[in-house]
Amino acid sequence: MSELMKVPTMAEMTANNEVPEVLFWVGCAGSFDDRAKKITKAIVKILNKCDVKFAVLGAEESCTGDPAKRAGNEFLFQMQAMMNIQVLNGYEVKKIVTGCPHCFNTLKNEYPELGGNYDVVHHTQLIQSLIEDGKLTMEGGDTFKGKKITFHDPCYLGRANDVYEAPRQMLQNLDAELAEMKRCKTKGLCCGAGGAQMFKEAEKGDKEVNVERTEDALEVEPDVVATGCPFCNTMMTDGIKNKEKEDSVQVMDVAELIASAADL
Amino acid sequence: MISIIIFAVLLIVGIGAFALNSRKIRSNILMGRDVDRSDQKGKRWKTMALIAFGQKKMFKRPLPAILHFMLYAAFVITQIELIEIIVDGLSGDHRVFRSALGGFYTFMISFIEILSVLAFIATFIFLARRNLLHIPRFRMREMKGWPKLDGNLILIMELILICFIFMMNGADEVLYRRDLSHATALGDESFGFAISQFVGPALFGGLDEAALHTVERIGWWGHIFMVFTFLNYLPFSKHFHILLAFPNTFYSNLEKKGKFTNMESVTKEVKLMMDPDADPYAAPAGDEQPPERFGAKDVQDLTWKNLLDSYTCTECGRCTAACPANQTGKLLSPRKIMMDTRDRLEEKGKGMRKNGKDYDDGKSLLNDYITQEELWACTSCNACVEECPVNIDPLSIIMDMRRYSVMEQSEIPTELAGMISNIENNGAPWQFSQDDRLNWKDEE
Repeated sequence: MSELMKVPTMAEMTANNEVPEVLFWVGCAGSFDDRAKKITKAIVKILNKCDVKFAVLGAEESCTGDPAKRAGNEFLFQMQAMMNIQVLNGYEVKKIVTGCPHCFNTLKNEYPELGGNYDVVHHTQLIQSLIEDGKLTMEGGDTFKGKKITFHDPCYLGRANDVYEAPRQMLQNLDAELAEMKRCKTKGLCCGAGGAQMFKEAEKGDKEVNVERTEDALEVEPDVVATGCPFCNTMMTDGIKNKEKEDSVQVMDVAELIASAADL
Repeated sequence: MISIIIFAVLLIVGIGAFALNSRKIRSNILMGRDVDRSDQKGKRWKTMALIAFGQKKMFKRPLPAILHFMLYAAFVITQIELIEIIVDGLSGDHRVFRSALGGFYTFMISFIEILSVLAFIATFIFLARRNLLHIPRFRMREMKGWPKLDGNLILIMELILICFIFMMNGADEVLYRRDLSHATALGDESFGFAISQFVGPALFGGLDEAALHTVERIGWWGHIFMVFTFLNYLPFSKHFHILLAFPNTFYSNLEKKGKFTNMESVTKEVKLMMDPDADPYAAPAGDEQPPERFGAKDVQDLTWKNLLDSYTCTECGRCTAACPANQTGKLLSPRKIMMDTRDRLEEKGKGMRKNGKDYDDGKSLLNDYITQEELWACTSCNACVEECPVNIDPLSIIMDMRRYSVMEQSEIPTELAGMISNIENNGAPWQFSQDDRLNWKDEE
């Protein structure tokens, strides 16, 4: 286990005169949210298993500024961006993998104009390419044979960046049945967390967005609702609890599913 | 001769009035802030060809798409007949293209007639959908009153327009068969137009020569009159989309939908703040503009593309139907954002034309039209942007108003203020120390 949980920091690597292939941008949820930390660990195990030379920023990482920007505080966003860019450029980072579509979107699309130019991929894209290259095989671990999995498209991965296939291709390696919700891909319904909604109560209405989305998911009678975003994960988990289905339906990140199938 | 003069006057007044009102709209749109959309010309032409001309995004919903396409095709093709009407009207000729084009003319008018019948059917179905079927997006609060009437008026005008075409062609067909038409005789029995060769005799076969000429002229004049009425109705209606869809898709945002603009004015300030050598008390260089407002309070703070979007919106409501906030009963409706923007822009433009450029009526788009409650219900999920058949972007308006609220007014939901101060203090939206960011590594 410990071999798979090696997490070097950029500072340590630099001190050892080493250069990682890729920086793993963990994100705030991945660092602090108890549920999301498990996703972070699954990603780390996969990276180590495939001998990807990676590092994290650790205490040098700070919020990308995404929720501040979406909440209208462009000042704070740009302050965060410029501080992060100073750190990233200081370490001459070339490639970044993120565990969160919001960090992914911000680093990839909004940092270049402020001086941060990196090759940014979401963890589903990186892991899918590792599987394609034959570096990761789904053997020995939990089997998903006969299980029904439905994938919920995170808005900031799907519509925002047109990444629809990488997570689905990943799931195809699981030997499970993939069922699409009636609203999927470009038509996917938001989980309700984006645009800084995660951090506030919803406006007055007749329903919560995550409950509406959970109903979409439950319609296909899945065993697992798969996501690629820690915030979607929270919202869908809450939705499943709201529907009292937590005993029969699991909400998992695609990275967790792959890690468990590969017995990591 | 007198009819040529009347026609010429009608033509000049019709086109002149349209040009005048279009110029007002143009000047309203140019009230907006600048945004550069002059790059990637090839991709822009392609986007316009696919989205506006080819109506690619309409076909996500096949049934309305097919009906809409019938109307669209009929509208586009009928322009050819319109050219003939204008030439005839100014020259005193009758069916001037017929002798020149021969068989192709018969084919062309037949094609127009078939499309007109299809358009007629489609228009009827659209009227029924709007008024009889309970399609939620046509019955929301922003659709009460004028928007509903506007939608129906357009459809009714289209029905009348098509009726005039068949009066004109049908009566002329009967006249031609009796050798009484003003069209040049080509030695054939009938014009042979696909629909009117049957409809004409069936409807007007019993009329005498004088009555037939009257019906034919009513159809002809009625048709051209309706065309000019329609043309001049456009600048006051959601129906302007038939023209603006083309420039609006051409100037589409070609970036990834998740990429929000970085405000340059903020970049300047932040760079200054982070530069240890900067003198915070330095006087601004002489040529510097007074700082512009952060974000958008009123229409002139939006970009010209946002404003073009608002005039292009035809209130179909696909954005609102796809909006997660709206679906769960919140006040936010992206369509209403667009309609409010247009209504406020019209109001502001009128006021400025009347009272001068610096006119301030004390009102603004934010608060007088769009409420804070609507703004903060958005999840920025881009469903509205994805859905719009003509690439309108309601989200960027919402974001610019959030920016104004937060940066100029410090108006922000309490919980978000907490989230913001957490990021300021410890670099995360929650209250965790930045030093603890790697603790997960050693937790089990």
